[in-house]
Amino acid sequence: MDLQHRSPPGDHVGVHDLVKRYGDVAAVDSVSLGVKKGEFLALLGPSGSGKTTILMNIAGFDFPDSGRIEIDGQDVTWTPPYKRNLGMVFQRYTLFPHMSVLDNIAFPLRMRKIGRAEREERARAALKTVRLDGYGDRKPSQLSGGQQQRVAMARAVVYNPEVLLMDEPLSALDKNLREEMQIEIKHLQRELGVTVIFVTHDQTEALTMADRIAVLDHGKLQQLDTPRALYEAPASAFVAGFIGETNFWPATAANDAAPGDEVAVELEGGERATVMAADRLSRQQAVRVAIRPENLRLSADSGGCAATVNEAIYAGSVTTLLVRTKGPILRVRLTAATAASEPAAGTSLSLGWQPRHARAYAAA
Amino acid sequence: MKSRPSRFLLGGRTYSPAVSLLLALPFLLVILLAFLLPLGMLLRESAFAPGFTVEHYRKVFDEPVYLRVMYRTVRISIFVTLISLLLGYPLALLMARARGLQLSLLLIAVLLPLWTSVLVRTYAWLVLLQRDGLINDMLTGLGIIDAPMQLLRTEGAVVLAMSHVLLPFVVLPLYASLRAIPDDYERAAKMLGANGFAVFRHVTLPLSMPGITSGCLMVFLLALGFFVTPALIGGPQQMMLATLVQQQVTELLNWPFAGAIIGVLLFAVLVLVIAFNRVVRLDRFVGQV
Repeated sequence: MDLQHRSPPGDHVGVHDLVKRYGDVAAVDSVSLGVKKGEFLALLGPSGSGKTTILMNIAGFDFPDSGRIEIDGQDVTWTPPYKRNLGMVFQRYTLFPHMSVLDNIAFPLRMRKIGRAEREERARAALKTVRLDGYGDRKPSQLSGGQQQRVAMARAVVYNPEVLLMDEPLSALDKNLREEMQIEIKHLQRELGVTVIFVTHDQTEALTMADRIAVLDHGKLQQLDTPRALYEAPASAFVAGFIGETNFWPATAANDAAPGDEVAVELEGGERATVMAADRLSRQQAVRVAIRPENLRLSADSGGCAATVNEAIYAGSVTTLLVRTKGPILRVRLTAATAASEPAAGTSLSLGWQPRHARAYAAA
Repeated sequence: MKSRPSRFLLGGRTYSPAVSLLLALPFLLVILLAFLLPLGMLLRESAFAPGFTVEHYRKVFDEPVYLRVMYRTVRISIFVTLISLLLGYPLALLMARARGLQLSLLLIAVLLPLWTSVLVRTYAWLVLLQRDGLINDMLTGLGIIDAPMQLLRTEGAVVLAMSHVLLPFVVLPLYASLRAIPDDYERAAKMLGANGFAVFRHVTLPLSMPGITSGCLMVFLLALGFFVTPALIGGPQQMMLATLVQQQVTELLNWPFAGAIIGVLLFAVLVLVIAFNRVVRLDRFVGQV
């Protein structure tokens, strides 16, 4: 065995050089990632990014063309699902419709040959942790969508699995319920101390819930980091655009720069500015400068880039300005506190930013 | 579901009661004139000759010969139902998992016999089972038996041939109900620690119950009144109710007694269908999720 790719000690779940092809398309293209014990990891990406395929390989419903899955240092790549001792909550409600809620929760215990009395006691306790005590005798169809997913969670944790896998479990719920459930899942995870791998295409969900987020695109791991690091220092233009809102301003580097260095660029439209190199850049290289809307500063004096307010969109706690520059139209975010002197449409302004907030990525 | 009083939803459109009645009229007329009317006349004859009498019905239950025929009919029908279910379930399961060409071939294999005349299929069994038929020829030729066996005109032969003829009627409802079970349930069960057999026992089998009950009911009801196959394969020794009716009508011209047998059969079928409806209602919530 190749020692180089063993999980570092402490990794609860390890994915090593996972490759899965469907025909000519690599659904998962050599992805490696490690999940620590008790960690909440989100697999985030657009549809077709390979996040679900990775989860299915961890679960044992799909098998890789090459690469390995390890749980607690054990190679489980070819172990059938029912021997992996994992819990899973699915996108669709998968409570067995012919069983009562309590029988559903007791099912995994029954499969583990646990006696009826203990089964019932543990199922009732699990039902209580998801705040549904008293609902045990109902049929799943008599519960709301949110309640059904809570029962599914109780069923997935009642046998104390090593790892809890969640495949977009909240996508079928409406927005308010979804936000409520996000907090609830997070609490449950902390309470039980279980390792969670959570697949979602919703970046807000990932940012809210996860300790770390693995951003995937076209089967490749783009970045694996904490929500804050992903947001503040995205490793690629894709991540910058995918996580949160970002303005992209095409530009040309005026000198060579290493990642993290300040670099002078000529922005589309002709103005010059100082930004931070996110990639290794060379002189004359085409770049894309990413600036978050809340990091753009407006001032009446000149000195920054010239801009004209096109439109102001008021949305309560924040106001978004669409400003026309000599290059692209940018979005500027003003919070209620800073928006006291909200400029009207047509106002000419100067646009500035701190160099560390403007990250220049090599244009693909 | 909200009730939609006196309007009928057809293909996404609703029709007024008058139009609905008009559309259904040709069908209702055929049912009325070709089925309900003659049946009613037959049943009337069984109970009025010309004054009200239960004599013919009493005869059905009093004469040991007829009781034996009834008992045999029910027994054969139960066997046929069980054998069709045992043979049909694995096939339906296979079809529910199959895709593309494999599924088409399986479907054709199930449907092709259904498109062939029952008479033809029954004669095929005659060819196989008769004294100098294929099976006896083969067994004697191989030296397994010395003299040809009596295969035809046995109850086993009747059960075998009827199971073959009626098999699609249990396979198709089973296939439909197995196909309707989302894969997710199976995945969830596996994830929760169930191996292949446990998944089948605790998830697939109970969720396919509507298909099992409707398929079995269909086969059982068809078997109760089956005529061609038992008449040809079983002969007079293995007479079933339908053959008895035919004999009473065409050979003995005893219409009132034939009517009484049909009355009994009809009553039994109605009781079964009503009981079945109760059971299926319980399964309603299954389809809802």
